Amino acid sequence: MSSASSTSGAADAYNDEIIRKFVVATVFWGVVGFGAGVFIAFQLAFPALNLDLEWFSFGRLRPVHTSAVIFAFGGNALIGTSFYVAQRTCRASLFGGNGLASFVFWGYQLFIVMAAVGYVLGITQSREYAEPEWYVDIWITIVWVAYLLVFVGTIMKRKEPHIYVANWFYLAFIVTVALLHIVNNLAVPVSFTGAKSYSLFAGVRDALTQWWYAHNAVGFFLTAGFLGMMYYFIPKRVNRPIYSYRLSIIHFWSLIFLYIWAGPHHLHYTSLPDWAQTLGMVFSIMLWMPSWGGMINGLMTLSGAWDKLRTDPVLRFMVTGVGFYGMSTFEGPVMSIKSVNALSHYTDWTIGHVHSGTLGWVGFITFGVLYFLVPVLWKRKDIYSQRLISYHFWISTIGIVLYIVSMWVSGIMQGLMWRAYDSFGFLQYSFAETVDAMHPFYVIRGLGGFLFFFGSLIMAYNLWRTCRGDIEPETVSSRQSATAQA
Amino acid sequence: MPTKIEKDAITGTETTGHEWDGIKELNTPLPKWWLYTFYATIVFAVIYVILYPAIPLGGGEYTKGVLGFSQRAVLENEMAELHSERSVYMDRFIAASMEEIIEDAELQNYAMAGGRVAFADNCVPCHGAGGAGGPGYPSLADDDWLWGGTLEDIYTTLQNGVRWADNEETRTSQMPAFAVDEILNAGQINDVAEYVLSLSNSASDAQAAERGAVVFAENCAVCHGESGEGMRELGAPKLNDSIWLFGGDKETIVETISKSRGGVMPAWGGRLDDVTLKQLTIYVHSLGGGE
Repeated sequence: MSSASSTSGAADAYNDEIIRKFVVATVFWGVVGFGAGVFIAFQLAFPALNLDLEWFSFGRLRPVHTSAVIFAFGGNALIGTSFYVAQRTCRASLFGGNGLASFVFWGYQLFIVMAAVGYVLGITQSREYAEPEWYVDIWITIVWVAYLLVFVGTIMKRKEPHIYVANWFYLAFIVTVALLHIVNNLAVPVSFTGAKSYSLFAGVRDALTQWWYAHNAVGFFLTAGFLGMMYYFIPKRVNRPIYSYRLSIIHFWSLIFLYIWAGPHHLHYTSLPDWAQTLGMVFSIMLWMPSWGGMINGLMTLSGAWDKLRTDPVLRFMVTGVGFYGMSTFEGPVMSIKSVNALSHYTDWTIGHVHSGTLGWVGFITFGVLYFLVPVLWKRKDIYSQRLISYHFWISTIGIVLYIVSMWVSGIMQGLMWRAYDSFGFLQYSFAETVDAMHPFYVIRGLGGFLFFFGSLIMAYNLWRTCRGDIEPETVSSRQSATAQA
Repeated sequence: MPTKIEKDAITGTETTGHEWDGIKELNTPLPKWWLYTFYATIVFAVIYVILYPAIPLGGGEYTKGVLGFSQRAVLENEMAELHSERSVYMDRFIAASMEEIIEDAELQNYAMAGGRVAFADNCVPCHGAGGAGGPGYPSLADDDWLWGGTLEDIYTTLQNGVRWADNEETRTSQMPAFAVDEILNAGQINDVAEYVLSLSNSASDAQAAERGAVVFAENCAVCHGESGEGMRELGAPKLNDSIWLFGGDKETIVETISKSRGGVMPAWGGRLDDVTLKQLTIYVHSLGGGE
């Protein structure tokens, strides 16, 4: 803690006002995105919820959900925490000051709103996770360059001799996402006054470009970026050194080198040439340990402090998040094996896999970080209610388990039904019969999603009370007894 | 530039000497199990790359792998295998007429298996599971047929569709929209609706029905028959039973007379091969109403 006091002079100069905005935006878009997810989950179970209105149809609301949770919730969390972490680990205020950072903030929110309005009105490129049309793509490119400038500029003017590992991950995230975004969105607008554009690529090349993008959006947005978050906030919260510096170097470089090649596993058994499918699969398998390096470093940092899991629900969020990260980064390589993929591809199993990563890893690490940041940024003693954090934790965990398990069961069932033949070699089941069989699991998934959404409302309430400066009597007394024991 | 290397009291491991905002790093070596598992996945990848198509050589060429695997060849083999398994039935099936098929238990079974799944994937969205039908979509499980329920009738309907613009031989007819085309006035439509209801003994206004009988004879009987028995040549539904295509309540009947109806079904000839069409015909014929 000596260093903390020695840098306290510099701490006053940190640009924290802008980070508060990012925190508020993260919570806001999180609630919106989770709510949209619950709604479209129930649309699948009960199609009447499409309301016979084009703006409420599943096809238009689905990208609203995915963009809201990935880019709005996840993106605000990543940009906000990267500004927080970079300033503190570089002992420098943000490059470009409040002005440039504010441009990044408001520019990014404008991107989200433009994208979402387009989806609802039916304006889309139909590229998964890259649905916005050319005019939104150009705008976000400008904002992203400003973001890169703030981040790299802050690193350049650092007062520490070395660049902390969290910043390597954040930087890999920013640079690679820029590259992915630009290449995948190369398109020719039909006119500069209209929204429609056509991709520069065609056929299987177009598909491969799209899945190279989408897979690495998972790799560099939802994995590398959030690993950066983990590398700062877990050691900070447990007050222990990072488990292994060497592991962090090896797993960082192997992760970013291997991830970028794994995209073709999304196109197994398609017109993609056999050789490209092979490469997508073997790179995915080699990716297993580099992914797990982050999990080991996160979990083992707790050595000597495991008891804190019992008393600190915030740490419990972060560590459970790392656990889900380990689980999904094992499941991913397994699903990339061609014979497994033959069963899992196009089924709900994929949806369950993505959500164990996003709800479990991205969601939980972010919730932990939000509970960490709000008292610091609003200068409060602690979160309003520890009890409510625990409720949030258990309600969300049960929600995730319901979600993942129902999708495993329905996905594997769906895959088996698709490949079932009768003695004459005719398909055993029609498509409509598979949909009918999945109905109960769609209902369970919707309930799981609702619990997760409900948990986020508890968090929003808890954080709002914290900002107001309230504190529950029980929290005060538990803090006092903890101090007394120490 | 490690400056302050220290020993961590809990693990006994040295730190690297770096520190950021109070965060230090231990210099723990790579976990052995991690490293060896990583090596193992690399070895697996190398072996797999040798066995399977893997390395692009330019100009569309690539290393084929020592196993000689090709996704296309696998598909072709599987399809060939399926064809040879089916050929036992197939040759006989193609040669036989549909009447012969339903007399032969084995071929009948084969037709039903293929027809069931073709029906489920192509027909169920409109005609419902088991051909139960719904408003605007005829039930295929009863013996009330619009265009005929013999094997030949069903096959023709499947092949050419109903009111399907792209097919010249499609089954077609057009009921006038009696109100829209100003053929009948509102009073006459009300009367004839009552008369139509009376054909299935569900009229509520006997006087109106009596007046409607005249209107019916002049305007409707030419297609629907003098006693509402329908006419299959024109796909004109029977009106003297309790089976209704669009609904048998008065409001719906008035709407039908006023604005006309004309359901459309795609022509499946050209979309499905002839074997599948035969199978579908036999399957639909078996649903309950085959003649």
